[in-house]
Amino acid sequence: MEFFIGHYNYWIVIILMMVGLYTVISRGNLVKKIIGLNIFQVSVFFLYISMGTVEGGAAPIIAEGVKVYSNPLPHVLILTAIVVGVATTALALALVVRIKETYGTIEEDEIHNLDHSL
Amino acid sequence: MGNHISLLLVVVPLIAAPLVAVLPRGRLPWAASFAVSIACAVFAGIQLGSVLQGGTISYELGGWAPPWGIEYRIDAVNAFVALIVAVIAALTLPYALHSVEREIPEEKIPTFYSALLLCLTGLLGITQTGDIFNVFVFLEISSLSSYALISLGKSRQAFTSSYQYLIMGTIGATFYLIGVGLLYSQTGTLNMQDMANILPSVLHLNTVVTGFTFIMVGIALKLALFPLHLWLPNAYTYAPTVVTVFLAATATKVAVYVMLRILFTVFPQTFTITTPADELFILAGMAGVLSASVYAIYQKNIKRLLAYSSVAQIGYMVLGIGFATTTGLTATLIHLFNHALMKGALFMAIGAIIYRIDSCRLDQIHGLGRAMPWTFGAIVIGGLSLVGVPGTAGFISKWYLVTAALEQSAWIPVAVILIGSLLAVVYVGKLIEALYFKPVTDNGKVVTEAPLMLLVPTWGLVLANIYFGLDTDLTVGVAEQAAAILGGMKP
Repeated sequence: MEFFIGHYNYWIVIILMMVGLYTVISRGNLVKKIIGLNIFQVSVFFLYISMGTVEGGAAPIIAEGVKVYSNPLPHVLILTAIVVGVATTALALALVVRIKETYGTIEEDEIHNLDHSL
Repeated sequence: MGNHISLLLVVVPLIAAPLVAVLPRGRLPWAASFAVSIACAVFAGIQLGSVLQGGTISYELGGWAPPWGIEYRIDAVNAFVALIVAVIAALTLPYALHSVEREIPEEKIPTFYSALLLCLTGLLGITQTGDIFNVFVFLEISSLSSYALISLGKSRQAFTSSYQYLIMGTIGATFYLIGVGLLYSQTGTLNMQDMANILPSVLHLNTVVTGFTFIMVGIALKLALFPLHLWLPNAYTYAPTVVTVFLAATATKVAVYVMLRILFTVFPQTFTITTPADELFILAGMAGVLSASVYAIYQKNIKRLLAYSSVAQIGYMVLGIGFATTTGLTATLIHLFNHALMKGALFMAIGAIIYRIDSCRLDQIHGLGRAMPWTFGAIVIGGLSLVGVPGTAGFISKWYLVTAALEQSAWIPVAVILIGSLLAVVYVGKLIEALYFKPVTDNGKVVTEAPLMLLVPTWGLVLANIYFGLDTDLTVGVAEQAAAILGGMKP
């Protein structure tokens, strides 16, 4: 039991990761796939941030009377990864718009049928 | 300036990319990108020269000493890969002029070149950096721009294949990110050299092994290692010709480089041998060679045929990695270079056919070889090189690969390499048969030879295929030196 409660942040990460990946794989709707991808990415952000936390540590900003700080590097890394995630999402949504324009649908199986009925 | 060359290689295309996007329409964006690619090729050449003479270059960005600052660390391995990328870019751009004008709407041409330069920035950045997180950033720069480039293809499938690539590519990159995070949590550093020093003391931890696995699966997705290759055939088939040429010759090669770097520099060289990783690489490589070659035979679209052949060639490279010997790594690096030459030449020649008949279906190209003798010649020589006929570059890589397998008395891989070559004879033969021996389908169009601007870069690569098949001093010399740096522990 100690094992489960002591690592609760990692369990959250794993559950989110699986939810995200499952959504990407199982949903046929292209927008839902992107949402799943985002959940998957967010779980990795949580992984980094919970790793960088120091128990009892304050935010890594120098202040009077604070001795213990959390590790700032994972925050910086994840800031970069968030930017990448935003860019990916934007590009993916733009592609979905174009797919909707050319195919008239964003359901994967219907697109598949349209491409193979020619 | 000489000291800053490794940085210039990344910064010049990076700064040029937004500038190209705002240039007026016409040929100016092309001319600017061409100049940048030539500059990069010159920089990469000088860099390789100085690395071969003076040893490893370490460049501290902003003067911050590693491991705190980001370090660009260049030895023979990455200087070699950077040269491949830069030279292919410099050969692709003259080819791009007419091909892009034909395939891309005029108003999108400046942004097209901008995205191409961003892709080049990302690929060169991966080769230069010595920081494991920086690799992720550059990987995403190159991937994001290649999704955009692929979606510019003419048919509507370009959008869906770009979307598919985006989903799989992002999952791959995120897996890599998880792996880096897990390694960072145990070593507390992101600098590859520093991590390599710390890792042996924490190697027994499950976290490190998990991190390693995540990184390898992520990279395997990016380099389209069988069975994670599903995005590649569509992406290559529906992308504009120039993009296919560029990505086929560079993107997967750079991913192979990242794999080599992490397997042999970051992790101790004994690690692959004590884990089942090397057996898995050999298995995946063999499965990739056989299944993708068979798939290639059944394709009705010539671009897709060559795309499946690319998956098979990646199998050969991964086989070399799996042997984990110096000869195996030499073979991988030689094949990295030679495959860039042959696939570049073949996709360029196919592009010349598409330029003329606007189709890449196998039944549409019947008899075109007689109307386009130079293009046909390029396909024949490129195809022979793909098969591995003596006198072409492909022979050299197969030779080293077979030698590496024989050194280990690994008979099954030897058989797989030979069967793979025979299967390549079949699909290259199919292409040549359609182009030359089938009667011309009469659709009222008179097909003439492709324009010179398409033929010159194609033949540049074709002649390079022959040259590097005869004179192996440069490729084998550099590859051996690079493999010695990466090292292999088995005798």
